[in-house]
Amino acid sequence: MSDNPLDRYEVVIGLEVHTHLKTNSKLFSPAPVRYGDAPNHDVHPIDLGMPGVLPVLNEKVIGLAIRLGLATHSRVNTRSVFSRKNYFYPDLPKGYQISQYEEPVVSDGWLEIEVPAVSEGGGGNGKKTGGTTIKRIGVTRAHLEEDAGKSIHDVAVAGADGTHIDLNRAGVPLLEIVSEPDLRSAVEAGAYLRTLRSILRYLEVSDADMEKGQFRCDANVSLRLWGSEEFGTRTEIKNLNSFSNVEGAIGAEIIRQAEILDDGGEIQQATMAYDVDRRRTRVLRLKENADDYRYFDDPDLIPLLIDEELIEAVRADLPELPEQKLVRFRDQYDLPAETIRILVASRPLADYFERCAAACTSVKAAANWIGRDLRQALSDGGRGIENSALDAETLAVLIGLVEEGRLTAKNARDLLPELVAQGGDPVSLMEERGLEAVSDAGVIDEWVMQVIQANAGAVESVRAGDDKPLNFLMGKVMKAAGGKANPGEVRTRLVEMIRDSA
Amino acid sequence: MLALCAMSRITRKDVERTAELARLSLSDDEIEAMTHDLGRILDHVDQLQALDTEGIEPTAHAIPLATPLRADEASPGIAADLALSNAPLQEGYAFVVPKVIEGEDS
Amino acid sequence: MENLEAQRAALEASELSSLELVSAALARAEAEGRSLGAVVGLRAEAALAEAAESDARRRAGEIRSPLDGTPVLLKDNMVMQGEPTTCASRILEPFVSPYDGAAAERLQAAGAIILGRANMDEFAMGATTENSIFGPARNPWDPERTCGGSSGGSAAAVAAGVTGFALGSDTGGSIRQPASFCGVVGMKPSYGRVSRWGLVAFASSLDQIGPFTHTAREAAWVLEAISGHDPRDSTSLPEKSPDLVSALTGDVSGLRIGLPKEYFVDDGADSGVVEAVRQGVAELESAGAKVVEVSLPHTPYVVSTYYLVATAEASSNLARYDGARFGRRAEGVGDLDSMYRRSRSEGFGDEVKRRILLGTYVLSAGYFDAYYRKAQQVRTLVRSDFERAFEACDVIAGPTYPEVAFSLGARLDDPVSLYLGDIYTVSANLAGLPGISLPCGQLQGLPVGMQLLGRSLDEATLLRVADAFQRRTDHHEQSPPRAR
Ligand SMILES: [Mg+2]
Ligand SMILES: [Zn+2]
Repeated sequence: MSDNPLDRYEVVIGLEVHTHLKTNSKLFSPAPVRYGDAPNHDVHPIDLGMPGVLPVLNEKVIGLAIRLGLATHSRVNTRSVFSRKNYFYPDLPKGYQISQYEEPVVSDGWLEIEVPAVSEGGGGNGKKTGGTTIKRIGVTRAHLEEDAGKSIHDVAVAGADGTHIDLNRAGVPLLEIVSEPDLRSAVEAGAYLRTLRSILRYLEVSDADMEKGQFRCDANVSLRLWGSEEFGTRTEIKNLNSFSNVEGAIGAEIIRQAEILDDGGEIQQATMAYDVDRRRTRVLRLKENADDYRYFDDPDLIPLLIDEELIEAVRADLPELPEQKLVRFRDQYDLPAETIRILVASRPLADYFERCAAACTSVKAAANWIGRDLRQALSDGGRGIENSALDAETLAVLIGLVEEGRLTAKNARDLLPELVAQGGDPVSLMEERGLEAVSDAGVIDEWVMQVIQANAGAVESVRAGDDKPLNFLMGKVMKAAGGKANPGEVRTRLVEMIRDSA
Repeated sequence: MLALCAMSRITRKDVERTAELARLSLSDDEIEAMTHDLGRILDHVDQLQALDTEGIEPTAHAIPLATPLRADEASPGIAADLALSNAPLQEGYAFVVPKVIEGEDS
Repeated sequence: MENLEAQRAALEASELSSLELVSAALARAEAEGRSLGAVVGLRAEAALAEAAESDARRRAGEIRSPLDGTPVLLKDNMVMQGEPTTCASRILEPFVSPYDGAAAERLQAAGAIILGRANMDEFAMGATTENSIFGPARNPWDPERTCGGSSGGSAAAVAAGVTGFALGSDTGGSIRQPASFCGVVGMKPSYGRVSRWGLVAFASSLDQIGPFTHTAREAAWVLEAISGHDPRDSTSLPEKSPDLVSALTGDVSGLRIGLPKEYFVDDGADSGVVEAVRQGVAELESAGAKVVEVSLPHTPYVVSTYYLVATAEASSNLARYDGARFGRRAEGVGDLDSMYRRSRSEGFGDEVKRRILLGTYVLSAGYFDAYYRKAQQVRTLVRSDFERAFEACDVIAGPTYPEVAFSLGARLDDPVSLYLGDIYTVSANLAGLPGISLPCGQLQGLPVGMQLLGRSLDEATLLRVADAFQRRTDHHEQSPPRAR
């Protein structure tokens, strides 16, 4: 038998994503949605499940759910119903979660992911684009629900025999987005999640920051023999909170299930956890004593009615989605595919590029400066594009200085960290620091002559037809010029003057 | 009462399972008594099975209303001290419950 | 000076100050209120301070409403910030609310003086006010008899003249039935009329707060004060508080009173009760109303429907009492599971456990469709029964309860027969309609209640008929021997 289980089994994966909606207040209470506050400081009696409290729906979430629905080509249901999912857990204050069950707000859609053309196992069913394939993944449904609080088990905080309960997160609005079991590998699962997260961020539906727990994933995984029509028994891996954990957990679960099946065993329906350190999945609990959540319509809430006009208004207001932007950038800008991918990956970056390109003489220069140098400076400074002190138009000025030859690329690059952190005017900075490139031919010739005279050996080698020492000599001239000479000009003069000095 | 009562034969086991779901501990005597009482109630309730409700919309709310909505404006909830003022056990600003073993949920 | 109208008149005529009124009420609450088991908690100091404020308002000519300065009791399931709310349950015994409920807010905004809390069946589950950690509340007409329930403490207190009015909550008759047992007026408004914010839920789609008074006129004052839209309750009606007092014209000529034939069957209510109700209807007829027969064909099914819907909702509503964040946690629990099980098992009484179990069972996998969903469908049929009946009449009349107040302890071992007594009251909750019970006679020295049901939101007509009846009769002026 081959070592690779994927030769024997087809992997079937469906993902359930919980994403925090971008709101100021909670789903059913006016308490603020904040991260990192002391325990139980962002709570309302509603979030505590106090006797006598009642839920009232936050208006904002409706538009956000519609956006996600439209962006995933789903149906936005004009009637949806809030149900109670009943179970006991200490971070679930009411003993039930208000969720949507039989009638969710969004259903029956899809989104497209880009996966390597040669994917593990089964092939894609879409059109080919170079080394990748576009694959359509079904979105079964998306529903609104409230988040639970946090249980702090950490012995260092809660001691050996207690668990601490913090209800700041209780009631934070969630959209649970459930995919069809259309994913066939860990790589596809990762691509789906990245695509979904990018859509959520583009639409400003969610910040989807995995580190803050705003974007969490449960993965349903099963195996079946190639060619089999029937699904195998699935397990559900809970609470995967990073892309690498999702991919790692699915990989580990595939191996675990394949081993059981190879030994002639049966997969038991179970809830699993992923142990990151040991890179293994383990059973949390079996589903044989099936959960009985006793869902029923929440009598405290009336069905949510959404009229077509609202859906159309949200549609009209829908920003360009990543897939659309990608296509437009390809059409509109003559740039390498990889550069476009980098620029389009985040909506603020793409917007920044477009503003900068509009103010620049060279689109290509704007793309290069943003795609490479600006991103580097931002990441070195530990900041995102949203809080860069250097706006797109000012960057265009800086690029202009380089293009005109008034500032060398190196000096421009050296100014970026400061500009990104504090802002400022590139022209006055250049002037204050005396960085303006010297274009006076007489001055440059003087520096070149000094270097030729002081480095006779190297100059001789160049004359003999060896170009290698040329860079060394260039460096000497630039040093003499304090970096303020145009390197192209220096090189030209160096070559000419070595030749002429023969 | 109609003789359509076959379905209501609630057993001790049913009561035990239901008590489990409701997180109630019942003594043997209580299970016995509850099985008897619930059996009698369900015997009566089984009269509904005689009604033809095919195609009848269920009523969850007595009055039809449009969904009321709240503007997304945050207001301070209640002070943490007040939130915790009824806590049977607390530490710092956290409620404390006996150790939860991971995966122990429902 | 024990009814609201007299209190109001005395205050307006400056014959009495609110401080005097409230002091006297506190004294009665400590004496009759406690001995009847009707009053379970008082906020004497705060009430006296508020009474003094009311007197100051009155001197300044800034009276807030007809209720300003008058004392009132709240059923012990309506929260008030800083005050205990127990629902007569061990599990909430230590609970002090961190927030204000709407009923308390509205009453205080109207200037009423909240004296304290009235006894009830635990979590409003019961019809006798015997399921209470405080012990039973007793009927002022005969202390060996039940005052009804679950708002029995409120009814008994008003009947005994402790306060001129009180609030109760009605999920399946819990205001109207004790009103009928105690010989006072009890009203359940249309669902959504009074905010449920701060009312500890029993069955959310059925619960509604309402007043106990001696007269329909007084009920109108109280209802005007406590009703109206509340954005904190998603099931609160958007309508403004109705103008009820002006509807009390005393004129019922041409009004059609419907008698459901299913309410007057041979094996139905006690014949003495039926007789008293028929006389009451005859009184209205002689005042110019027309009596018509109507039909509510699903009447035999309403109790089953009600107990399925109410217990299902209750099983979920009562899940929050788990010993984690508030209320009682059992002593010495070492693990989570015993925290849940022991806190709940020690904290809830038998009737509450019975209903939690029934509700959990009918929602559980395999039974949901046969029981819960079926009941919701029958609920639709019950609603359409009323829609049809109200095409032929303006108000429906009948007994509130099949019998008069029975002895304490008589039904403790027979939950089913106790449930069946709710046959005339639960329909109004299932259909969301307003209903009122008013005294219409006596049987063996005990009050008999007549129930009037109205169209949804038509409290005005209901109160007009009740008021017209009381203008022509004196049943509401009868008081129990103890209060005489
Ligand atoms: Mg899920
Ligand atoms: Zn979920």
